[in-house]
Amino acid sequence: MTLRALMKFRELILAGILIVGVAAIGAYQPVFLEWENISDLLTETSVLFMMALAQMVVILTRGIDLSVAANLALSGMIAALISQYYPETPLVLMIAAGVLVGLLLGLLNGGLIAFLGIPPIVVTLGTLAIYRGMIIIIAGGDQVNASEMGEEFQAFPKLVVFGLTTPVWIAIVVSVLFYVFLNYSRPGRALYAVGGNPVAARYCGIDQRRQELLAYGISGAVSGLCGYLWVARYGVAYSEIANGYELTVIAACVIGGVSIGGGVGTVPGTLLGALFLGIVMTALPVMQISPFWQMAISGAVILGAVVINARAEQRPDKLILPEARRLGRKVPA
Amino acid sequence: MNVGAPLPAESRYTVLDAPPRRIRDVLLRWEVILVILLAVTIVVNTMVSPYFLDVFNLADATFNFSEKAIIALAMAFLILVRQIDLSVAAIVALAAMGIGYAAEAGFGPLELFAVAILIGLLCGAFNGLLVTYAGLPSIVVTIGTMSLFRGITQVILGDQAKTKYPAGYLDLGQSYFIKMQETGISWLFVPPVPLSFLIFLVLAVIFGIFLHKTRVGRELFAIGSNPVAARFSGIPVNRLIFLLFVLSGILSGLAGALLTARLGSMRSNIAVGWELDIVTMVILGGVSIAGGVGSILGVVLAVFVLGLVTFGMSLNNIPGQVVSVYIGALLIAVIAIPRLFGRARRF
Repeated sequence: MTLRALMKFRELILAGILIVGVAAIGAYQPVFLEWENISDLLTETSVLFMMALAQMVVILTRGIDLSVAANLALSGMIAALISQYYPETPLVLMIAAGVLVGLLLGLLNGGLIAFLGIPPIVVTLGTLAIYRGMIIIIAGGDQVNASEMGEEFQAFPKLVVFGLTTPVWIAIVVSVLFYVFLNYSRPGRALYAVGGNPVAARYCGIDQRRQELLAYGISGAVSGLCGYLWVARYGVAYSEIANGYELTVIAACVIGGVSIGGGVGTVPGTLLGALFLGIVMTALPVMQISPFWQMAISGAVILGAVVINARAEQRPDKLILPEARRLGRKVPA
Repeated sequence: MNVGAPLPAESRYTVLDAPPRRIRDVLLRWEVILVILLAVTIVVNTMVSPYFLDVFNLADATFNFSEKAIIALAMAFLILVRQIDLSVAAIVALAAMGIGYAAEAGFGPLELFAVAILIGLLCGAFNGLLVTYAGLPSIVVTIGTMSLFRGITQVILGDQAKTKYPAGYLDLGQSYFIKMQETGISWLFVPPVPLSFLIFLVLAVIFGIFLHKTRVGRELFAIGSNPVAARFSGIPVNRLIFLLFVLSGILSGLAGALLTARLGSMRSNIAVGWELDIVTMVILGGVSIAGGVGSILGVVLAVFVLGLVTFGMSLNNIPGQVVSVYIGALLIAVIAIPRLFGRARRF
């Protein structure tokens, strides 16, 4: 099997690297493989799983959403404020409020991108600053502490159901939904079509603007959900939470094989990319390596992943010559 | 365009006259919008705060944006050719750390600047190689190198800070390079100018002439409009893009040297988040993210608009993150307005 053919199994390779890596860490520090640690790892990474999937949907359409972390922080703050000032509100409604705020912020991005045709990087760079600043304005510069949030509000992400915490279960459900949506639904497939070849997609009768609105709406809604989970789990809401997290999310996508050029990316790949970063983050303390190594390692991994992905994505037209040779035709070297 | 010249009667093709310039087109020119914005900013701030039009206050205000603005000049070139460099702030950090160690080893001011520029050059060359030689998308490469460069800084420095610098070096960053000079006439004087602002102005002039008046400058526009056609026209696309990444690294190193001298200390989180501020400057300056459109004048005007809006708001005790709401809204509005008026071809 040639190297290039192997690259098609990029997810298998990534999974293999992860298994070998985890086994190596486990051999060195058996505590890493204990169920408690694995459960912690999954809980810590659950937000990244969902955020990476949402970002993948946006990148599939050749876009990028830099505002996700700011959206997460703002939605989380609003959920926390509701919990502080209207503690009687049912928990479901508080979570729904977070999701709804996230959805609206995402649709604002999508509207500006789809209907005014402003490049996604410009729009989301602008809304990144706006959403972050809005947190200060609506909260009056204050933060919401654990003592000010409702008990039920904070207890939910720590609930353990069938051995896993609720954020992990939510991440599992969201992942399955994304998988079904992207692989078996018409709008899901259309997202790939729009990113893979916008002109061809237009000829097939796909409305690019509607797809973009959909992608940024999904990205926003997931950010809103994660905003609640983040704030409730860490017990604090302020303007700086998840600062710079958008780049971690994009990094997870890149490691998972999502092409920044659009149209390429899978749910399992992206989940593995997020898991990779999650393992790096949790393994360092276990290995007694300074946490200051985390950024350098993820940087090196991102670069390695891009190089591998670029090799795998090389245009198939270069295959014409070997193919012709295989068929016994005379071709110039 | 020579619209008035009569066409030869035997011409096979009829060339339509260019449509007459309407006042709306002139008003919606990017630089004109920015000049109006700048004027509004100055007028509003002058009315709101009596301290705004103070020469020393304005000179101090330039400290806050000059280092970013220097990097923005290189970023403008990169975005013009459809690339982007998100690792600039991490290069600033790495260069600042290099200065910290070099200063402890007893280097003088000029050597410290040289160390920073050399580190920037190497980082830029690394980015450039990955983008051109390996053919990778620059946004992903520089997100990776951003983590890598800042990660290296964190690994080496940990939670330490570097605070020992020679006095001559600190002086370059903290005092006015050109001192205030009065001539006796109240409106005629030499304003105080910090070194970083002076460097920015000189570089802006050089970059402007280079981009708009030289052959290589035109070639950058060609690459941004259509890289494939540019390559087929004999323009060394990859070599120029590589050099632009090196340039971006060099200017980031220089900015790191100026910033460290101004702050007099550095930690691994120095200049965090600058990359997005710098990209904002360039985009507000009218450089198209799709490539091939932009001017250095626009970038300089955008730098002044952003710098003075931030300065004016901080005079009125508005917190930084609220300022960023206005700046984010400004960025989107300035780009959305010409589209709403139906001049979408600008972008």
